[in-house]
Amino acid sequence: MTGSVDPLAAFFASPTVHAALIVGGFVSVVAGIVGVFVVVRGQSFAGHALADLGAVGGSGAFLIGIDQVAGFVGAGIIAALLMEIVGIRRIQGRDIATGIVFALGLGLTALFLYWDTTTGSTGNAAISVLFGSLFVIDQSVVPVIVVLSIIALLLIGAVYRWLLMDSLDPDLAAARGVPVRLTGIVFLIALALAVELSSLSIGAILSTALLIGPAATALQFTRRFGPALVASAGLALASTWIGCLISFESYYWAGRSDNWPVSFCIVALIFIAYVTTRIARGLSRRRLAAAPVEA
Amino acid sequence: MIAARDIRVVLDGRTVLDGVDLSVGAGEFVGLIGVNGAGKTTLLRVLLRALRPTSGSVVESTRRRVGYLPQKVALDPDTPLRAWDVVALGIDGGRLGVPVRGRRFRERVDRILDAVGATPFADQRIGELSGGQQQRVLLAHALVGEPRLLLLDEPLANLDPASAHDVVALLDRLRRDTGVAIVMTAHDVNLLLPVMDRIVYLAHGRAATGTPDEVVRDDVLSRLYGRAIHVVRASGRVLVLAGDDPADGIHHVDSLPPGAGVR
Repeated sequence: MTGSVDPLAAFFASPTVHAALIVGGFVSVVAGIVGVFVVVRGQSFAGHALADLGAVGGSGAFLIGIDQVAGFVGAGIIAALLMEIVGIRRIQGRDIATGIVFALGLGLTALFLYWDTTTGSTGNAAISVLFGSLFVIDQSVVPVIVVLSIIALLLIGAVYRWLLMDSLDPDLAAARGVPVRLTGIVFLIALALAVELSSLSIGAILSTALLIGPAATALQFTRRFGPALVASAGLALASTWIGCLISFESYYWAGRSDNWPVSFCIVALIFIAYVTTRIARGLSRRRLAAAPVEA
Repeated sequence: MIAARDIRVVLDGRTVLDGVDLSVGAGEFVGLIGVNGAGKTTLLRVLLRALRPTSGSVVESTRRRVGYLPQKVALDPDTPLRAWDVVALGIDGGRLGVPVRGRRFRERVDRILDAVGATPFADQRIGELSGGQQQRVLLAHALVGEPRLLLLDEPLANLDPASAHDVVALLDRLRRDTGVAIVMTAHDVNLLLPVMDRIVYLAHGRAATGTPDEVVRDDVLSRLYGRAIHVVRASGRVLVLAGDDPADGIHHVDSLPPGAGVR
């Protein structure tokens, strides 16, 4: 080390980093766990929708001067309830009408962000809403994010077996006495929380990566549900924390103006983990397929 | 155990069931017979309370202890649910919270997997199994909760004749030993003839109900199908045939292509 500051000590001493690690930690565990259910239930589409519509709330919040957390989460919950009323299956079946509604959401976001930059002091609103940054999170909202994360985990924990039954077959679930519609509503609310908290942390556009990436990676190598949840949450957490570290340290080798955005670092790690397990699984399958020939 | 009165179901403007009655008591075996598209699965889903009929009523006294066997489950092969997990959910899938399962719970699951011959693939993902293997696992799922009513959708469809015979024998023993009421659908009446107490013969959404001897008759089925039907008994089997002359230009009703109705 040539500088007078130890980069690693600086990382752990910074209050900004503390907030980022706490928020990133809780949010990534929630996203990792909810993500497994999203992949298994084939609802990544709903995740996308909630990110697009949540961004309207996130960008609108800047405009009217309310808290960004309230903007994202409020819009996300409202969108989730609307999706439940219209019916998710019906939404998925009508792609064109649905695509236009979501495009309108992004259009409104663009409008709000434009007004944000032209009227106020929030010049970086666009970057913040669309791409996020764990390092600019206001320390006062950390407890709110922690509480919302815990609520999301409690919701999933409460209907854990109902969700498994419903994912297996809705009629089977009904036969076991599972209230299928209530299960769907509880899951959508947990999903809305996971997506909006991810949007706050790494931005609305990248939130899907945190939701789907670790889950898809974990499902490559686990056969049981519990371990899949643990692996997915662990991967999301590791990507987020190591991403924070790389982004912070890049300041020392890339220079102040060039340091890598934390959202980029996190998404890059998620992508690397996914590609690596895909390749490893492909190789082990080829070896399995080749084995009888050699014997 | 369960009684359905005057069930009428209209889906997307099409009348799927029209005025169907059905009642099942403890230990009784009722077969829902008909070609594909006759409304068997719809009636089963009404009994399951998964589908609300357009009109008519269902009264049950099963205290929610219903075992259901769907024809198949549509799951991605990557879904991390093993056959074992699916059977375990047959015991506690309706409960809230995260499962904590003890030794006795696991033994109960292992026993039922063994009883249906699913032990060799208990550790495989449900989405990776063949249709016949899935059916055994789903049957174990339906049985493990010690149901008072079993609703089975085409449990014999993916089985070879010997396995199908074994499953019918297993179900017959089960209802005698435990008093469970069984309602199952099938498109071939023959395998069930020796065990059925009552038959609900469905065609075009309408039903003929009674004992097999009361229903599988020329006059009853002709009225149901709205044209001449002949029931031929040969070497202990029953053939249901359509046509004016049973010796010439006849069609085997049981083996018509899906949705073809009677010609």
